[in-house]
Amino acid sequence: MKNEEIRLKCHKIVGGYGEGKALVSHEPICFYLTDPKTGIVREKDHELLGKNLANTVLVFPSGKASSVVQIDGLFKLASHNLAPSAMIVKDIETVLIVSAVIAKVPLVDRLEKDPFQVIHTGDRVKVDAEKGTVTVRSYVPQS
Amino acid sequence: MNLTREEEKMLNGEFGQGTQSAIELLVAIGDAYDAEQMIPITRAHAASSGQEGDLYFVELLANGGAKCRVPTSTNPVYDIKFFHKLYKVPSYEAEVAQRVMEAYKRVGAILSWSCIPYLSENIPLFGEAVAFSESSATPYVNSVIGATTNREAAQSALAAGVVGKTPKYGLHIKENRKGTVLIKVEAALKDSFDYTLLGQFIGKRIGFGIPVLIGIMRRPSTEELINFCAMSNTSGAVPMFYIPGFTVEAQTVKEAFQGDKPNDKIIVTDAELKRMWDELQTASGKIDFVMLGCPHYTLKQVAEAAKLLERKKIHRGVSFWICTSATTKTLAKIMGYVDAIENAGGSVVIDTCIDEPCWSMYKDKVGMTDSPKCAYYRRFKDVVVAGLEDCVEAAVKGKYE
Repeated sequence: MKNEEIRLKCHKIVGGYGEGKALVSHEPICFYLTDPKTGIVREKDHELLGKNLANTVLVFPSGKASSVVQIDGLFKLASHNLAPSAMIVKDIETVLIVSAVIAKVPLVDRLEKDPFQVIHTGDRVKVDAEKGTVTVRSYVPQS
Repeated sequence: MNLTREEEKMLNGEFGQGTQSAIELLVAIGDAYDAEQMIPITRAHAASSGQEGDLYFVELLANGGAKCRVPTSTNPVYDIKFFHKLYKVPSYEAEVAQRVMEAYKRVGAILSWSCIPYLSENIPLFGEAVAFSESSATPYVNSVIGATTNREAAQSALAAGVVGKTPKYGLHIKENRKGTVLIKVEAALKDSFDYTLLGQFIGKRIGFGIPVLIGIMRRPSTEELINFCAMSNTSGAVPMFYIPGFTVEAQTVKEAFQGDKPNDKIIVTDAELKRMWDELQTASGKIDFVMLGCPHYTLKQVAEAAKLLERKKIHRGVSFWICTSATTKTLAKIMGYVDAIENAGGSVVIDTCIDEPCWSMYKDKVGMTDSPKCAYYRRFKDVVVAGLEDCVEAAVKGKYE
């Protein structure tokens, strides 16, 4: 089977370019509940518990948790170079925008297709927020 | 965005670098939401904290000479001098907190250090456009007071306070204040702790949305509403809600949904709330400390705690703390509540909250609180969550059973 690459339009929220392996979360994310020294999610009962956010293209529905901690969480990850390299989100909200501006992480929304349908954990994803494009190369496990 | 000439000048740096950084952030947010213009605000609340992300931005503005153009209150940080009397706060953390507090002073903020400023220090009126960050403040101001605010971050609220404006988007537009989910409450909701659990459940269940609650028979108290706001906007992103008949904006369910149908209907029973409570428990038995006041205790809650502690002594192995504002403590002192709590062996502490780094002396200890937020952020080894009466009883016995 061939690795297919698709290119999708999106809407820029915070500019820049980032690429990496996709990490998909169907649950909202609180960056404060990750370990700032490793990037590993430590939120009890979260579907990403034990997974590492560092340098991934993080795909998630929305942010959550108090504004105080959300920004500090992403800022701390970024100051240890452990923030996601880009973020694709479905429902934007102010706290998440400010977090991304301050941590300088590219952030996009309004993908022309449902990100949870077209992007799967492990896919290679490039996010060019300036051009408003997301490129997805699907991950096919070696048999 | 269409900016006025004055806003253009701010963006070009003609009002100084601090104001420029502030309006840059607001323009980025406005662009993200396709806002067409800025609107004036009357006041703001910046959810300041003794943390690095906050320090970075407030110093950026303060060092750039920015001053708040409208009243802008501040959230808890902590008083280093007070905590140094108890134990050695790590010097890096102490420095962050001190610099944050100084920088908010330099930008001309109201130094309330309170997470419920909407009750005393910075009170919006019905219909005012404001920028209020802080988990309980945003939904309280939108729903209980009927002012309009988005779910601001500390930084976007501070930026709005400095510029005196916010982009016109989100909850500043009537159509966006429409209910999204119908919640049928079958749970009994006996007290403010049940409202805490209800908030926890709804936030977790709906994530991002505006719930419309029906089935609530008794008018919720101020404290019950504060707890509901704090928890639904912590376990989820709930910037507004309706309880038609009790909240101000919509008198009927139909009006709350602006004539549309809910996306979802959810029933909440006592069993669900019990399950929420069970999920929050990580320990039982011996406890090392009790921490109350997240969100900050109101005068009424401080009085309740004082009453429960009458003729009792807190166990010598347990530290007992109530966090509140300077305003509330001043009045509580005059009324004798502070002395009553201190005589029982407890303390009322101002300007800080459970979630500040100043409590790291308890990081390997087992605590008890009436606020799931305290358990959620996992600053401590273990945290038992229960209502105020249970917390006081455990503080006296030294253990929770």
